[in-house]
Formats: sequence, C-alpha cells, structure tokens
Amino acid sequence: MSLTLEQVRRVAHLARIDLSESEAAATVIELNGILGLIEQMQAVDTAGVEPMAHAQDVSQRLREDVVSEANRRVDYQAVSPDVEAGLFLVPKVIE
Amino acid sequence: MINASLKQLAQALAGKQISSVELTQLYLDRIARLNPALNAFITVDADKSLGQARAADARIARGDTGPLTGIPVAQKDIFCARDWRTSCGSKMLDNFVAPYDATVIERLNAAGAVLLGKTNMDEFAMGSSNESSWYGPVKNPWDTTRVPGGSSGGSAAAVAARLAPVATGTDTGGSIRQPAAMCNLTGLKPTYGVVSRYGMIAFASSLDQGGPMARSAEDCAVLVNAMAAFDPRDSTSLERPTEDYGRDLDKPLAGLRIGLPREFFGEGCEPSVMAAVEAAIAEYRKLGAETVDISLPNTHLSVPAYYVIAPAEASSNLSRFDGVRYGYRAPEYVDLNDLYAKTRAQGFGAEVKRRILIGTYVLSHGYYDAYYLQAQRIRRMIADDFATAFGQCDVIMGPTSPCTAFKLGEKADDPVQMYLADIYTIAVNLAGLPGMSIPCGFAYGLPVGLQLIGNYFNEARLLNIAHRFQQATDWHQRAPAIE
Amino acid sequence: MNQWEVVIGIETHAQLATVSKIFSGAATAFGAEPNTQACAVDLALPGVLPVLNRKAVDCAIRFGLAIGAKVAEKSVFARKNYFYPDLPKGYQISQFELPVVQGGAITVQVGQGEKAYEKTVRLTRAHLEEDAGKSLHEDFHGKTGIDLNRAGTPLLEIVTEPDMRSSDEAVAYAKALHALVRWIGICDGNMQEGSFRCDANVSVRRPGQPFGTRREIKNLNSFRFLKEAIDYEVQWQINELEEGRAIVQATVLFDPDTGETRMMRSKEDAHDYRYFPDPDLLPLLIDAEWITRTRATMPELPAAKQVRFEADYGLSAYDSRALTASLDMADFYEAVVAIAGKSAAKPCANWVMVDLAARLNRENLEIGESPVGAVQLGGLVLRIADNTVSNNIAKKIFEALWNGEGTTADEIIDKQGLKQITDSGAIEALIDEVLSANAAMVAEFRSGKEKAFNALVGQAMKATKGKANPQQVNELLKKKLG
Repeated sequence: MSLTLEQVRRVAHLARIDLSESEAAATVIELNGILGLIEQMQAVDTAGVEPMAHAQDVSQRLREDVVSEANRRVDYQAVSPDVEAGLFLVPKVIE
Repeated sequence: MINASLKQLAQALAGKQISSVELTQLYLDRIARLNPALNAFITVDADKSLGQARAADARIARGDTGPLTGIPVAQKDIFCARDWRTSCGSKMLDNFVAPYDATVIERLNAAGAVLLGKTNMDEFAMGSSNESSWYGPVKNPWDTTRVPGGSSGGSAAAVAARLAPVATGTDTGGSIRQPAAMCNLTGLKPTYGVVSRYGMIAFASSLDQGGPMARSAEDCAVLVNAMAAFDPRDSTSLERPTEDYGRDLDKPLAGLRIGLPREFFGEGCEPSVMAAVEAAIAEYRKLGAETVDISLPNTHLSVPAYYVIAPAEASSNLSRFDGVRYGYRAPEYVDLNDLYAKTRAQGFGAEVKRRILIGTYVLSHGYYDAYYLQAQRIRRMIADDFATAFGQCDVIMGPTSPCTAFKLGEKADDPVQMYLADIYTIAVNLAGLPGMSIPCGFAYGLPVGLQLIGNYFNEARLLNIAHRFQQATDWHQRAPAIE
Repeated sequence: MNQWEVVIGIETHAQLATVSKIFSGAATAFGAEPNTQACAVDLALPGVLPVLNRKAVDCAIRFGLAIGAKVAEKSVFARKNYFYPDLPKGYQISQFELPVVQGGAITVQVGQGEKAYEKTVRLTRAHLEEDAGKSLHEDFHGKTGIDLNRAGTPLLEIVTEPDMRSSDEAVAYAKALHALVRWIGICDGNMQEGSFRCDANVSVRRPGQPFGTRREIKNLNSFRFLKEAIDYEVQWQINELEEGRAIVQATVLFDPDTGETRMMRSKEDAHDYRYFPDPDLLPLLIDAEWITRTRATMPELPAAKQVRFEADYGLSAYDSRALTASLDMADFYEAVVAIAGKSAAKPCANWVMVDLAARLNRENLEIGESPVGAVQLGGLVLRIADNTVSNNIAKKIFEALWNGEGTTADEIIDKQGLKQITDSGAIEALIDEVLSANAAMVAEFRSGKEKAFNALVGQAMKATKGKANPQQVNELLKKKLG
C-alpha cells in the first residue's frame, strides 16, 4: 500500500493539520517511507493471535460516584487563549 | 559534592553539613554556567526552587526527613507541575503554565524533593535524539557536537553534566534507556503501571512509563521508590503493595541466568558497541552469572508494530491541542476548522505532525484491521516471546542502542533510520516489561549502554544486577569533561 | 398513494442519574454557571486520565436486566475521534465493538381502545459513553461560547433494531423507554434539560423490498417533535422517491418552528471516527456476582406488575397499565389498597387514576408530591367501602385532606359530621318532612310525571345534607309514595 497526495490531504484534514502544497508533497514521500517500514507486518501470519491492547491483563478499576472536584474555573481559564463570561470562545460554529 | 550519591547527599543534609538551599544554589549556579552550551533545561525558576529548598531545610530542622528531602531533582518537561510552565518541548505548550501537579510531582513534593527545573526533551517525547524540541536540540556533554539521545535527552545531559543529582524521564520506546546509554547514565523504565501516568503528558498511553535517570543503580532505586505507587487517578496504575526497590541491591549474583537473545547480537549493531557489551557480559560471568542463548524471534517486527501503535495512540492523544482551552492558538484564521488546522500546523513540529498523520491514517476507515489490529497481534507475539524467554533465564541482556551518540543532524532527515535505532528498546515497551540501561564502557570515547530486561515487577532484581556490576566496575563514575 | 412501508430505528441518549461525571469527580448538577463543573479531566488538560464511575456501570446493568438483554461479561471503551469545540479531548469515550448491554427487547402498547396492539421492539445494544459540552451561539462578538459543564456526563446510548413501522410505534416505544429508565431509577427523564434525547433513523420501502436509504433525525427532545419529525421526514422521502429522486444518506435536524427537517451533513462529509480501544481504560469486567447483586435491588418491572395487578386486584388490563405507568404511581396504588383492602381494589384504582390524577394534573404535581398521601387516600376509600360515607361526601373529604383540614378521613368525618345516615327510621322521618313540604311535587309524581320523583330524591338528599345513602333514600321514597 502506498499513500497518494489525495489520501495525505484527506488524512491531514482528519487530523486538522494545515499542509501547504510543498509540505503535502514532501509528506507523501515521508509517510510512504514510514509505511514501507510498517509493511513488513503484513507478511506475518497472526491468525488466532489475540490483539494486545494493554501491557497488563487487568480489568478496569471503578471509582465511587462522589463529587471530588471543586470549581477551579479561574485557574483553568488563566491559560486560555480567549474566554468571556466563563466561556471558551471559538469562531462562530454553524450547525 | 556533585559526584555524591543520593544517600551521601541525604546524610550530608541530615548532618547539616550542607543545607538544601546551598545544595540547590550549587546546582542552579552550575546550570547558569553550563546549560547554555548544553540546552538541557527549558525552564529554571530559582525562586521557586529555593522556596522549596527552604521548606525542605525547615523539615530537616524538625527532623522530618526522608531519602529525598532537600535533594534537587530535575523534571522532564512532560510532567505537569503546578505554576511551572510545562511545555513538553513544544511550541504548542510554550505558554502553558500547568494548573495542577502530576502524581509523580506530587509524590516528590511530598517527599521533600526540590524541583530544580524542567528539562528539555523531544517534542511530545517523539524522538531519539532530542532534536525535535521546539527549544532546540540538547547537546551531549560527552561531545557537544553530538546528540544526547532522546526523548529524555535534557534529563540525561543534565545528570551527566552534574547539573542535577538525578532526574526523571519517560520511556515510550526507549526514551529513558537510550539517552542514558548515550550519556553514561543508569536509567530504569519500570514495568508498565508501576509509576502513575497522571499528569505525565501522554504520547502513547499504552506504552508510556516514567522512571528515574541517575548516575547509579543505587540512586535509581531511591528515586523510583518515591515515584512508584498505586494511583487511583490512573486506571492503568497497578494496585500492588509498596516495595523498597533497593532492598536487594547487594544480593550476590551467583547462579544468575543471563539470557542473550541472538537477535540482539547479530548484524545491525556497531562492533565497538558490541565489544563493550560483550566485555560487560564477561564481567557478569566473573560475578557468578551464567549465560543462556535465547531467542526473541519477532524482534524485527517490534519497530513496525511500534510505529503503528504509538502514532495511532498519539494521533488521538494530541487531538486535545486545538487552541481552544489552553496552549498555542494561531494568530489568524477564518473559521473554526481553519483555527484548528493552522494552530496545529504552527504549534506542532515536523516529527509530531508526521506521527499524527501516520497514526490518523492507520486508524482510518478501511485500514484499521490491516495496520492497528495486526500491530496489536504482533505486540502479543512479542510479549509471548519474552514470556518464553523468561522460562530460561532471569534477565535478558544486550546493547541498549546499536550505536553511540551520533552527530547532531546526522539522522534528522531520515525518520526511518532514526526509528530503526530503537530496535533493542521498543519490544520492552510493547510487552510492558521493566528495562534498564547501565554504563558498560566506551567506544571511541563515547559511552555505551548495556540493556537489562527483567520479567514483570522485577525492578528490584534489575537494580540488584545493575548495582553489583557497578560495585565491580567504574564505568558509571566516569564524568564528561565539560567544566 | 402507492404503498410505502415506513422503517424506523431509534437511538436514545439517556443521561444517567449519577452525582459525578462518568470519568471524573466533577459534579453533574444541571444549571451551574458555565465551566464551574468542568474539572481538569473534563477540560482535557494535558496529562489527565479517566477513571470509570461505578454507578454508571450499575445503571447500565440495571437497564440490561430490565430489558432481558445480555450484560456483557467484558466490554471495552473506545475512542471516537473527531474535532469539535464542545469535545475537549478531540475524542469521545464511548463503546464500539463490545458494548456493555447486548440485545434485549421492549414490548409496547400502540394506540388505544379497539385498535390498540402490542409491538415488540428489539434492542441492538446499549452502551456507556460521555456527553459533550454545549456550544452557546448567542453573540459573543460573532463568536461561539463553549460551556463544558456537561462534558463527561454519563450517558447510556440505547439503540433499537429498525423494528418500528410508524411514528405512532416510534412514540409508543420512546414513551415506554422513558417510563422504564425512570422506573429503574437510572435517568430522571427530564427532556427539557436534555436528560432523554432521541435520534430517529427513518427510511421507507415497498413492502417486501430491502431497507431503503435512511436519514437520521438528530436530537429530538419531546415526544411530539419525535412524531412530527418522523411524519414530515416520511412524507418528504416518499415524495422524493415518487418523483424519481433517490434518497441520499444524511443526518438531518428537525426545526420545531417550521415542522420540517433539514440536512446537517451528507454521508460524503460524514466523519471517519477512527474508533480504537481507549488505552487509558482497561476492559470493563462484570461478573455474575455483580449482576446477581444488582438483580436483587431491581424493582418489579412494569410488565410483571401489570400482570400481577390484573390477577391480584381483579383490575382490567387498561387499569393495570395506567397504574403501572410509573413506579411511583404503582407503589402509591398498592399503598392505598393496603389500607382500603383488596375488596376495594377497583375503587382504589378509580380514586388514584381519576380523582387524584385530575387534581394532581390541575396543580401540575407529580404523584410523589401529592398532598394527599396513599395512607390518607386508603383511609378514605375504606370509609366508602364500609358505607361510612357516600362517594359524593368522599369527594368533599378528599378536598379537605388536600387542603390540610385534617390528617385522616376519619378525623374530617368526625369534625365535620359527615358520617352517612344509615338508620332508616331517621331517614323516613326526613322523607316525611320532605313529602309534606313538597306536596305539589308529590302531586305531579302521582299524576305520572316520573321526573318529579328524581326531584324528590334530590330534596331528600339535601335534607340529609348528602349524608344518607342515595340508594336507601330511593327505596324508602318509593315505598312511601308506593
């Protein structure tokens, strides 16, 4: 498998990363290099092997339904690029 | 003083031979003098550090001391520390002052340690050379034209140059062990789940693990004792009884079975590195260990599997950096999507973007099974290889890195070559096992690391194996000439 | 019109009744100041991690048991990746391949009276996930404001098979589901506050043909909108097809003001969500013991209760269904019967369903808020049953109880002297007085005007201040005039 410029553009859009024309062209080559490395996996017979998502075979721990977090809006919004009236502001969203 | 062990420092502090303020100032002075040439620190805040040192001195005066009370610790800039800029080596977080403490920071604060500064790193821990940092590359104190390794390169350079007695690192594919090897340090990546990931900015969640970087196994034991604990805020943190990782340091090694995977001793490793590694293994035989020929047959698949799993998780983990709630926001944009795309294009560096794109691609519709699931199956095969191997031996040894520290810029244009340099370390993260790198000699004047891989939860055993070697050799005591 | 068959599947987001978020310790209370209930985890600050709320899982198990589904021994949380400002992490934690609840069914009554029929709607799955925040589009200098208080609120997404064949069936299902989630105490069902929201997948086809292309109507937050939106959408799709245009898969929004649906996005710009197991969360394991423990705390379910009401209390299917519309109602009814006695089960039913319901309705109160408690109402029905008071007097007593004029029916009967007169001698004496005072009416009656008899009964009842048994008055009067 190898990526086309069109696919790279699609992936960049999904990842919300702006790519200029020249960046996109260079990215195609770089990503195909990495895919070449990854491709070795395809030849491996993994039939019957259970995918391993976690390093340890343990189950999810549960927390009790208790409110433990206080309001820290001032601290959290001190690092925000654009806030007003306690809201995070973004360009108008049209639904 | 700068070559003293943590134990000696603690004794000096407890005996009032030195105060924490004096010790901290000593290191701050060294940083001021030597860091410009090394670029090991991103953020130093003398006032904050000295404030903590004063508090530590007060504790010591009260007799309320622990092994780290008053000792300066450099923190990789991946750990959120309240009121400290926490950049993760990225322009994206250059303006991010963390509003909370990572569990590791919280634990070290509670232990009375002094946060000496935040160390440089590959951007979002993605790299093996520290060249992807937005703050510029870190220079290797052994040769400032060379890389210190990565991604915990700042921590490695700082400890190697005696700008800090000890430092934290994180290891997703070798990011503690490889820079430790390249800077002549001892580094430990614990079993996945031993050190809390809460507040440690995620690269690849199922692989990331924090650990100590120090000048000796003994110091690593002291630091990991403070770092490791069950954390209810991290679902992947393991509920285990606390242990003293230094409890077995002095145990004799007689009868130790060292597994030597033939895949680690074949082609692809620089002969000078291999020579140092083999000499170290000979030393172990002298210490009473025996060696066993073993095989990790899927080693060659670890790099491909890793470069699917790690970027896939990263692509999702890094979606939160969108310029809405914190961090960098592009100055100009026309609409919401443009805000996202420009913020992320400008805020992330080339390597991070590359990995986000690869990760996005392998998870996208129609490719998931072929890439992601296949990589997870191979991950299981790799873990099974280790399980088989540990039926035959107690520890696995080999080189940490196939090469010594390379020249700045040497591999920067070839990501695939850079990725392949992680061949010996990555499998350990995929399996979730503990691993170490310890100094074992030099090749053409550059440090060589010996990698030790243990079975799950065998950190104390690994530290013991490392410590006995360090009792018999002095490689770990060699310091770079940078004064 | 040619025959078209409507095919509907419904996805419901039920907000679970927890006090804290599904993956963080922030509060879920409705109506807080913006972003005051968004903690570090909800804001997706760098480095934070999720930990699962046990109560949310309890709720999912309860639901699974209530609909006869398989509660998965192992389920997995997955990340659904997309960018949106109300989604702080850039992904929603949900369940994809292995949901916690698998299968199950809900049987509902569609329509009323003669045409009523039962319909079984099969459920595909129900899974746990986190809610997103809210985008506020009021003008902030042309920008959108983001409030993340709701981000991380636990949801159970309940997905049906495409089993419904009309908007009536869809509404009947939605109402039954709404009643059920409240019945088992996992959701407050508050639709105005968004605690219970439905998406409807609608398509049409010729009978016997494969399913048509569907369009999904998003975020319907009332049963009326659900019906209107489906009806509009069905008609729109039929028109399109009959005019030779193909339906294109899309997501649409319903505008209650115009009563129309409009396209939000087509399949072409549909997201590629890149689901994968969340590496920050481990598999959720639910063992048999947890299920058994939960089962022991489950209330009797509406269907079972309905059957039991018919058998135990001799109620009609209609009454039983009405009384099991909510758990509060059913519990109230049984508490009334416990006082009034099983032999009065039917009058108890009437009192709860008619008199009490009407009064509550008028004051816009829930049955749990009724000023007349079940014990009080039971005491009242008991006095009707033992002929202490007539039904008419009982209504006065009910009002008195409602207004707090006394704490028990007996107290009010005593205080206000409302005890029914059953002594026939006393009634006869009163009747004699009435007859002598109304000689003209008596004459009319005797001349054959039957109406006059009723007037005389009325006069007699008036004379007893309504305290006589009307039946008894009737008989005695007949005898006197006979």
